[in-house]
Amino acid sequence: MKSRRVVITGLGLVTPIGIGTEEVWTALLAGQSGTSRISAFDPSRFSSQVGGQIASLSVSNYIPKTYRKNARVMARDIEIAVAAAYCATKDAGLKTKCLIERGEVEGPPNIESTRFGANIGAGLICADLCELAGALSTAVDENGAFSIRKWGAEGMNNLTPLWLLKFLPNMLSCHVTIVHDAQAPSNTITCSEASSHLAIGEAFRTIARGAADICICGGAESKINPMGLMRQQLLGRLSTKYNDTPESACRPFDASRDGTVISEGGGLLILEELEHARRRGARIYAEVVGFGASTNTHSWSEPHPEGKALALAATKALQDAGLSADQVDLIGTFGSGVPAHDVSEARGLRLALGDRATEIPALATKGFTGNNGAGAGAIDVAIATLCMQHNTVPAARNVETLDPECPLNVVRNKPADVRVNVALTVAYALGGGQNAALVLKRLEA
Amino acid sequence: MVASNSPDSSRRRVVITGMGWITPLGDDIEAVWQRLLKGESGISPTELFDASTFPTTFSAQVKGFSLDKYLGADAERHRCGSRNTQFALAAAKMAWTDAGLDRFDGLDPTRAGIYLGGGEGPIDFFNFVEAAVRAWNREANGGRGDLDACKWAEVAGQKLDAVREFEQDPNMAAGHIACQFNVQGPTFNTLTACAASTQAIGEAANLIRRGDADVVISGGTHSMIHPFGVTGFNRLTALSTRNDSCITASRPFDRTRDGFVLGEGAGMLILEEYEHAVRRGARILAEVRGYGSTADAFRITDIHEDGRGGIAAMRLALEDAGLTPADIHYISAHGTGTEENDKIESLAIASVFGEHAKKVPISSVKSMFGHLIAAAGAVELITCVLAIRDGILPPTMNYSVPDPNCPLDYVPNQARKARVDAALSNSFGFGGQNDTLVVTRI
Repeated sequence: MKSRRVVITGLGLVTPIGIGTEEVWTALLAGQSGTSRISAFDPSRFSSQVGGQIASLSVSNYIPKTYRKNARVMARDIEIAVAAAYCATKDAGLKTKCLIERGEVEGPPNIESTRFGANIGAGLICADLCELAGALSTAVDENGAFSIRKWGAEGMNNLTPLWLLKFLPNMLSCHVTIVHDAQAPSNTITCSEASSHLAIGEAFRTIARGAADICICGGAESKINPMGLMRQQLLGRLSTKYNDTPESACRPFDASRDGTVISEGGGLLILEELEHARRRGARIYAEVVGFGASTNTHSWSEPHPEGKALALAATKALQDAGLSADQVDLIGTFGSGVPAHDVSEARGLRLALGDRATEIPALATKGFTGNNGAGAGAIDVAIATLCMQHNTVPAARNVETLDPECPLNVVRNKPADVRVNVALTVAYALGGGQNAALVLKRLEA
Repeated sequence: MVASNSPDSSRRRVVITGMGWITPLGDDIEAVWQRLLKGESGISPTELFDASTFPTTFSAQVKGFSLDKYLGADAERHRCGSRNTQFALAAAKMAWTDAGLDRFDGLDPTRAGIYLGGGEGPIDFFNFVEAAVRAWNREANGGRGDLDACKWAEVAGQKLDAVREFEQDPNMAAGHIACQFNVQGPTFNTLTACAASTQAIGEAANLIRRGDADVVISGGTHSMIHPFGVTGFNRLTALSTRNDSCITASRPFDRTRDGFVLGEGAGMLILEEYEHAVRRGARILAEVRGYGSTADAFRITDIHEDGRGGIAAMRLALEDAGLTPADIHYISAHGTGTEENDKIESLAIASVFGEHAKKVPISSVKSMFGHLIAAAGAVELITCVLAIRDGILPPTMNYSVPDPNCPLDYVPNQARKARVDAALSNSFGFGGQNDTLVVTRI
């Protein structure tokens, strides 16, 4: 059976530099920063005080009125996914239940619910510390120490009955599928920073094998909470030298980088079977032509120092696409800003692409947004898609002196005019060992 | 034998060549299987923490677990792994050995993959709580109280441990397994609540079918028997509170059922491309023949009242397998023992199976294992493979009062001999996840 072809017909972006493709693209070209001193809570006693925060996000703007009561059980990660789903479906010209009920498009739906799937990457969603601490504090004994017996007997009743549902990773997908009425396979990949690429790759395969005609896929996460910041601080992955100039803290591949920056955000893409997209006259951004995934086996806690696993993922994705390194016009890097990780990534790309790795224009986004965890990869894939649409690669922020250990052709100083016919984009889990790569190709007329 | 009318005869076939599990009834495939057939219960008062004042005081715990038993000298390296990561490693080791992969040197590591439904690791509870309680400022926010983030950072920075935090990530079990067995190909972790490992196995089969891997370690692992896990499910009123008779608390399809019993453990299977298995002379246990996956897209808490999503998942799995309802000889139900699940699952089976619905035996091993959440589907699929192999069905225990809303044959209280050529296994998860697998005799 000949494999069905899969194209990207919609992009939804919810990021610290904007919501929607237009805001994000404008900010990228203008070199606008999305990282600042954390304002969601007082970060003074943390070693890193910088974050990529979404300035204003009101989830009621993205769901039908009748669904608003459910917004009370949405963790921030879920809100981001729901907003990104709205942007993506709208961008794709889909007439989904949500958009029809909001009165933004006229029904009936132009997609079959049972052929509409989801695959949304998610992180380890942190419980709302404020809510939890308040409830836990009702279960202390006369000495002020927490008593688990008091908690079991009464304290826990201070939590809303649906408390658990705020934090299940599949609730991103659950809310999105309910709001937009997507009844085909719904998956939730939880592989840290590799989640989005793996989710998009799986959605690509789901459509190719015929289990769905359309999938909403990508990822979303927020680490902007005390626990999210503390975890990364304990792991020693964060930038700490730039607390006074937070907009310059995340410096992928730059010689003066000192760590990554926590962030929040997400991206969801509409993938669609080619003929299905053509029949409804959809705008086609690009074709997804390759997917590769691999795993570190030397350690589950750090990327391979030589980038061995990342290279395997990239090589497999190119093989899957039937393309060679010579045909790649753009590398979408992950570029977290963690010193050792960036070196590993550059070496991995070198292994996969040979000398071409130093020549092909490379996109680095984290200087704008920080590291959005499970949502990061989808934001990168969406931006790579926009580069293809505009034949322009935005200049990376905060890359002043390229680290000689990272000999990539990172576009910097000013946006570059590049005819992008083929883009390779990679991601890896900072911890856990998963690597993934996707290849996008301009759809020939 | 099952008729071979697969819809696409050119597609790569996927077989099961090894199995391993860590369950509340033990770790040995054969011994646990015999205990299930005798109707034994893995449920007892909770000892992992002091649950004596919780609405539910019991659970199905894995007892006396030690990673050394399974990994020997290699255990040291993985000691930092969370409870569920360690379960996963142990079960994967048993499956790997069972499949003879420890004695096979021809495996291309880049063609091996992992697809798990692995849960998050338990929170470092008492340290987490101490930081939260000490940082709670009652007076702030006009007397409503607020978290003092500076105080929290101070306490949490001292109390929390980097490795222990890091190891909670749900992709860690897969990461450890990759390192232990040198698996360099694609790795995924899916976390679709109670459907996770069924979904993982279905997707793993597709990974092999489409040629992205030849061998995949697949299954699930989870432990939510910790204070926040039980809190979450108790607040949802999803758990049985039959504290005075915990052994009979898990009563799927019985009219007096009052919720599920939380369990923990892991189930791992080695999925392998058929020709690959034949070439290396592997013993083939069964074929993964069909997979169906759908979303209810209905409500965050309730299942669609017509069983829409479950019906579609079962139909898709049958279609994928090229089988009809009459070909299915046994159904391993999701059968949680909640009022809603068992009623709607019965309705969905009746709808898909039509006139055969009353003839096909259905059981829920959750009556003995409890509900292993993300790992449930994997251990249940293993029981399906054993039922095919031995021609005997595990019972649904604690079934005493028939429920008119559950009018099917649930193999009540006693194992039953029956030839099984094809079995169907359901898993449904919070948030409307529906996944069904069909396994057949080879």
